Amino acid sequence: MGSLDAFRALVRRDLLLALRRRADVLTTLVFFVIVVSLFPLGVGPEMETLRQIAPGVVWVAALLASMLALGRLFSADYADGTLEQMLLAPQPLGLLVAAKVAAHWLVSGLPLVFIAPVLGLQYDLPWDALGVLMASLLVGTPVLGLIGAVGAALTLGLRGGGVLVSLLVLPLYIPVLIFGAGAVDAAAAGTGAAAHLSLLGAFLVVSLFFAPWAAALGLRISLE
Amino acid sequence: MLEAVNLECVRGERRLFRGVGFELAEGTLLEVVGPNGSGKTSLLRMVCGLLAPAAGEILWRGEPIRAAAEEFRGQLAYLGHLNGIKDDLTGVENLVFSETMAGGGATPRAARDALARLGLAGFEDLPTRVLSQGQKRRVALARLAFRERCRLWVLDEPFVALDAAAVRLVADLIANQADSGGIVLLTTHQEVDVPVRTRRTLRLGAA
Repeated sequence: MGSLDAFRALVRRDLLLALRRRADVLTTLVFFVIVVSLFPLGVGPEMETLRQIAPGVVWVAALLASMLALGRLFSADYADGTLEQMLLAPQPLGLLVAAKVAAHWLVSGLPLVFIAPVLGLQYDLPWDALGVLMASLLVGTPVLGLIGAVGAALTLGLRGGGVLVSLLVLPLYIPVLIFGAGAVDAAAAGTGAAAHLSLLGAFLVVSLFFAPWAAALGLRISLE
Repeated sequence: MLEAVNLECVRGERRLFRGVGFELAEGTLLEVVGPNGSGKTSLLRMVCGLLAPAAGEILWRGEPIRAAAEEFRGQLAYLGHLNGIKDDLTGVENLVFSETMAGGGATPRAARDALARLGLAGFEDLPTRVLSQGQKRRVALARLAFRERCRLWVLDEPFVALDAAAVRLVADLIANQADSGGIVLLTTHQEVDVPVRTRRTLRLGAA
């Protein structure tokens, strides 16, 4: 099984690289923590307001943190030529993109899921809402990574690619934001978050299916 | 057999070459020569399938390379200007990874041997970040030791930054590959004598 071996090897390599440059990885997490923690200081200590804005604030911060991390997805591999070698490997490029996104999510998305409930406490979110917040981030952040990969692939090597990628990707993030924050809202209001979470799950399935191939096409164009 | 028919290359507003064609039988070394900016690298990238030609076609064993792309890439070893190695990984880690990607696989021990043969004994377990330019190039070239099964080698300036001993080593490696039935495309600005039986030259930017 050559392709599966390649998938595993690429995930392992990217995790190893992340381990050797921890500062890069921590940037995303620290950004997320700081943005979410600044809001209570700015808005003031009224519990009612904080509870109301919490889902939106956490989700917007997760969105921006994920955008911030996108720049690192392909650029290092592009600069040192390993991406070129990946394009020439006898493996389906979509699968390799999926491996890169998976490793990227493990180091920049998954930590957000685990730190979010701690941050949620600052907003006095009830326990079941905290659980839903985690669940929505767990399902939603991979979608952000997958959609972002398409934008990152298309803007690779462009000057001002950072601005362009946010213009390309942010509109596509909006449904994830609406249903992610909506799930937490619904849980806090006690109406049940199942519908929102199912829709997020549907987004995940669709983007898992299409985004790697779209990003692979983008990479082939960018490397010409 | 590798065949290029009537290739044309346009980069930006400039046409680099047109009407370039060749037919290479197994066991041939093709040296692509020409001044800077004549399109040597572009031609090599076209042959790999990284760059689509503005016109013309490249055939591998009678089939367009885009038709059976994965199979073609399994036959291909490419070394570009960029070494394609990770600065934060050691030489051994780099080699094991790149060979897993190439589908052949390499054990750490085999990787160590290949690096030692290229004169990197003692440097295998250092992050390549701390190696010199020439040593990094050697790590990249060590891949070729695992690619004898690849019937097409495309090497863009493989001798850059290498010292005389390493140049001879790599030249022998290339000659060996061509003489045992592989096709090798090569660009170089250095006068290197590759002791190969069948050699051809393609001149770009002459007209």
